[in-house]
Formats: sequence, structure tokens, C-alpha cells
Amino acid sequence: MSEIKKFMFVNRKAPYGTIYALESLEVVLITAAFDQDVSLAFLDDGVYQLKKGQQTKGIEIKNFSPTYRALEDYDVEKLYVMKESLDARGLGPDDLLVPVTVLSQAEMGALMDQQDVVLSF
Amino acid sequence: MLHIVNKSPLVSNTLETCLGVAASGEILLIEDAVYAATAGNSFEPRLREAMGRFKVYVLQPDLDARGMGDKLVAGVTAVDYSGFVDLTTTSNTCQSWL
Repeated sequence: MSEIKKFMFVNRKAPYGTIYALESLEVVLITAAFDQDVSLAFLDDGVYQLKKGQQTKGIEIKNFSPTYRALEDYDVEKLYVMKESLDARGLGPDDLLVPVTVLSQAEMGALMDQQDVVLSF
Repeated sequence: MLHIVNKSPLVSNTLETCLGVAASGEILLIEDAVYAATAGNSFEPRLREAMGRFKVYVLQPDLDARGMGDKLVAGVTAVDYSGFVDLTTTSNTCQSWL
């Protein structure tokens, strides 16, 4: 790899209702394997992906939420959550299963502007 | 009549349209619609208002999968899959709002 690029994954969908959240995680892990600079952004219903206490036995779908805790083992440590999205859902950082950086809408936009590649899920 | 809704209230206007069109009856929230019945969601006041006209149910396995069991709005009844079946059989008609 000659050049490291800044990749941002923008997650805006709740888990389980659609396949987007799981597919995003798959691509994040692939990107990290190529030693790129990876950031994950969680906006809108995407913040629900990080909710603590997910128990999927009853719906017979794999619970992939523990994978977010394993991301730091792949050197993916930049997780950004939009404050407005948390507020609209009655959630705070304590409701989430990993430590995150909470950003305002404007800060999120500024961070997005700094990326080389933005992938949306 | 039983109304079944499966979309998040902050992503789709499905539940809003359902509440506008239907006058009364039962509403069962499944899949991503369970978020509508969680405390602190910005749709909560609208749901509480609707609870005066409708009996509101939520599918417990979908609530648990999303880790939202601790935030269920008081007065909403959680049902399991057999409860889901009971609701469909005791209602004359069902409308699945896709």
C-alpha cells in the first residue's frame, strides 16, 4: 500500500430491520485489513446499532453488536455519533456499548469534509 | 381491526399515516417500528396520544433484539409470537402497513 486514505463509513440504518448495518461492518473490517484510516459515523437510526443489551435469540438473527467492541483490535478506534440523533431517540453515551465521540451536526459535517472516501450505508 | 407496522417512526411516515387513517382498534409494532414505543423517542408524545384511541402492542423478541426492552413506554403491551398469532385471529381484519 503506497498511500493511506481517510475512509468514512456513514451508518444511518437501524440494525436487523435491514441488512445495511451488518454489510457496513463487513466492509469496515475489510478496509481496516488494508491499513487505511477508518472512521465510523452514526447518524439518524444508525445510532441504534450501538445500543447496549441487544439479545437476538428470539428473532433468530445473529447478534453482531459485539463486533463493534472488537473493532479496536483492528485499529478502528474512531467512532463518531451525532448528538442530535441520540437526543431524538432518548439515548445518551451511557446507552451505547462502546466509547464514542459525540459530535454536533456541524462538527459531523466538517469531519465528513476531511475524508478522501465516504461510503454510505 | 389490527394494524401491523414495521418501520421506524423517524425514518418512515408509515405509523403516522396509520394513526391518521385509522380511528381505533389495535396496533402491533414489529421490527423497526418497536422504536416508536420507547421512552425518549421524539415520536413518544404522538404514540401516547394514540394510546387513547388504540390498544398498542409491541413484539417482545424484536424489542429484545434491539436492546430496547428497558425503555418500553408504560401502557404498551408486549407480546411474543403466539400472542402475535392470537391478535391476528381475534381481529376480524388485519392491515399490514408496508
